[in-house]
Amino acid sequence: MSTAARSNWLRELIRKPYFWGVVAIFALLALNVLKDPNYLALSVNPVNGNLVGNVVDILRASAPILMIAVGMSLVIATGGIDLSVGSVMAVSGAVAMVFMKDAGQSGSVGVALGAIGLALLVSAVLGAINGVLVAYIGLQPFISTLIMMLAGRGIAKVITEGQNTSATNDPFRWIANGFVIGLPVVFLLAIIIVIIVGLVVRRSALGLMIEAIGINPKASRMAGIKPSGLLLTVYILSAVLAGIAGIMSVGTVMTVDVSRTGYQMELDAILAVVIGGTSLAGGKFSIGGAVVGALLIATLDKTIVFLGISSSATPAFKAIVIVVLCLLQSDRVRSWFGQRRKPPQLKSDPTPVAPKQQKQEVPA
Amino acid sequence: MSESLPIVEMRDISIEFPGVKALDGVDFRLFQGEVHALMGENGAGKSTLIKALTGVYKIDGGSIVVAGQERQFHGTGDAQSAGVSTVYQEVNLVTNLSIGENVMLGHEIRGAFGVNWRATHAAATEALATLGLEHLDTHKPLSTLSIAMQQLVAISRAMAVKAKVLILDEPTSSLDAAEVEGLFRVMRTLRDQGVAILFVSHFLDQIYAISDRLTILRNGKYEGEYLTRELDRHDLISKMIGKDLGTLSSLGGNRRVEERDYAAEVPLLDAKGLGRRGSIEPTDLAIHRGEVVGFAGLLGSGRTELARLLYGADRADEGEITLRGKRVDIKNPADGLDKRIAFSTENRRDEGIIADLTVRENMILAVQAERGWARPIPRKEQDELVEKYIAALNVRPADPNRLIKNLSGGNQQKVLLGRWLATKPELLILDEPTRGIDVGAKAEIQEAVAELAEDGVSVVFISSELEEVVRLSERIVVLKDHQKIGEIVNGPAITAQHVVDVIAAHGVEAAAESGIIDAEAGSHPTEAPHANVPAFAAPEEES
Repeated sequence: MSTAARSNWLRELIRKPYFWGVVAIFALLALNVLKDPNYLALSVNPVNGNLVGNVVDILRASAPILMIAVGMSLVIATGGIDLSVGSVMAVSGAVAMVFMKDAGQSGSVGVALGAIGLALLVSAVLGAINGVLVAYIGLQPFISTLIMMLAGRGIAKVITEGQNTSATNDPFRWIANGFVIGLPVVFLLAIIIVIIVGLVVRRSALGLMIEAIGINPKASRMAGIKPSGLLLTVYILSAVLAGIAGIMSVGTVMTVDVSRTGYQMELDAILAVVIGGTSLAGGKFSIGGAVVGALLIATLDKTIVFLGISSSATPAFKAIVIVVLCLLQSDRVRSWFGQRRKPPQLKSDPTPVAPKQQKQEVPA
Repeated sequence: MSESLPIVEMRDISIEFPGVKALDGVDFRLFQGEVHALMGENGAGKSTLIKALTGVYKIDGGSIVVAGQERQFHGTGDAQSAGVSTVYQEVNLVTNLSIGENVMLGHEIRGAFGVNWRATHAAATEALATLGLEHLDTHKPLSTLSIAMQQLVAISRAMAVKAKVLILDEPTSSLDAAEVEGLFRVMRTLRDQGVAILFVSHFLDQIYAISDRLTILRNGKYEGEYLTRELDRHDLISKMIGKDLGTLSSLGGNRRVEERDYAAEVPLLDAKGLGRRGSIEPTDLAIHRGEVVGFAGLLGSGRTELARLLYGADRADEGEITLRGKRVDIKNPADGLDKRIAFSTENRRDEGIIADLTVRENMILAVQAERGWARPIPRKEQDELVEKYIAALNVRPADPNRLIKNLSGGNQQKVLLGRWLATKPELLILDEPTRGIDVGAKAEIQEAVAELAEDGVSVVFISSELEEVVRLSERIVVLKDHQKIGEIVNGPAITAQHVVDVIAAHGVEAAAESGIIDAEAGSHPTEAPHANVPAFAAPEEES
């Protein structure tokens, strides 16, 4: 009895869409421990009391990915996609850097807040353009955001006049590199924002409506949901989160490199969402899953560096881990594994089309 | 029509899907040089029979003989190579390929260096010429043609493989009268060339205009084969819906008819000249408070289209709606809901349920949509709402957290009904709320409708089952061929037969007018309405 209950509980856990993501994180950490038994060791910096260690580095690196992954999971839930998040990061970073460079005053909190405010405002405008193209003009999300992905880097270059732009501003730098109660500010900030977004989405009816639109847009419209406003909101939210990611990203080095900042981050975000178990077809989404996905991507990036895999082999290594993960999540692959254990009873049925017909052809 | 051996002979065909017999001992014969109509209501098994013939479905019993040989095809392609071609209801062509490529797709003429396009286009022109379409430029994209012409191209495509049997599954549903006439000309040409044509249409006029013979199916069973000219419309409709005239007459309208002076009341909803091009002709309609108005008519008659305009599911392009004495513009479903109108669609799966959401989420969706996302319905209110309608409508299982896709069709329908009732509508439009659900659920839904009307809610009730419409409605709006052809004020003496009379009688007049058939061949004595029965309102003038 107790073993049965326990295996049920285990089965329930395994069925969580992001279960394999969690497993993969621990597997990668274990791999690193094999190479260096002290990999997980944390120490306290005696000077300022901050935690130091590889895990802390991973958490810091995960912050921008967390931002865009959460935004992306909402966009994908509506049945869309946002390819422009990486470029929006660059624009946001460029706006902030140029603003601070022109303002000078390296210690001013006001300048930092101004830079952040302006960067997020510009990001929101870019998101609104995406949203209008998708929701009101009716362009495909892929095309609309692809345009913004290309245009965004161009805009960033115009803002910085094509130069890598650096600035000094200590409060701004603190966001990316500072510590509070021994933990990195940037990670705490990311988690707080994720929790806020999660609460807003799940405590209001926004999540329900996003899912309804993603699962069945026609039926949602017939139920009185107006999709346009919702879509606009979601694309703006995604861009603002990307803007925050851009600030976190340039804040680390206090330099915006318009061709590198946020480069291909949209792909990381999409992967994080998929690893988290949200279907690219839209519908049900999981913010918790997106968090797991983002943490996995950050862990994977750090592991690649730590294992000393040559930079030319990095994409291939990353691809292998993700393909394996997606295979483990696939129902079909899992049913193959299941079938090998059970007697193969399904194969004897020569007409697999029959159950499908039932829906259409049952007489009224 | 030669009475030699049939080119297709299907005997005692049975097909079983899990839990239901889709076809049960159906016979069907098709001769060379005839147009044979396959008749039956929705779900009678017409499409299943066609798919059995073309091998899309495997038959569980019976035999199929094509051109003297017993055959069992393995799909449309296999059937096509044996000379049995099918053109489906939706045009199955690739609109961004050229006309010629579409005609020859999969049968391109190949030379030493791949496809010989010159020869392919020549062959396409030849195939088009058999239908009198040689004037078409085969290099132009298909999308430059009208839907009607695309339909003809689809037929050319079917004929390009030298088909001996041509199956046309509702080819006319998106065509206008002139285009239908063009299609019929082509069908007659092909028939005279000896092609056997199997034709499915919901338009009775068309059946009488083009078919030589017809086979009627009902509920997956064989009802009979008749020469079209020997079966009048009354008998045809009766056989399709499966009630003989005696039974139809005995099912009286038992709904109370209060003496209400509707003329003195301001109607809840008053539509004048409401119409939309291609779906419903301009229509006048008044609905009073607490009144149940039935829309009757065959499938494709425009009953759903009219209802969709009232809710804003489609936007009317002419006419106006006055609601509670005020002119309103209903642009989309959200507007409709805002004006206390609710519409339960006939297409439960595509436009009704959100399959992956729970019963609770599905039920509160419309109320939530009305309030907007920023004002979520508190959990306690949700529970009250959902529990109330689960109990009132007897939804089983009574578990609000179950995904709606795991409920039976009848219970899904009840959840949807709950969704609309929760919005407290003043006008509730129910399009086929009882289709495809079991008898128990059906009775429960009918009961709910009667109770609603008692409470002062106006209901528009649409159903293919005329008995149901007659039983529930106080007034019946009869539609046919995308227009309203009359209104019947219900009373104890009214039966489904009267509705059939109106539809059939109008068909003969209209057909005689348009000259598609001669009036004598299709005419039969139309019974005068009983003296004590209010006469049908005169049909609206056609525009």
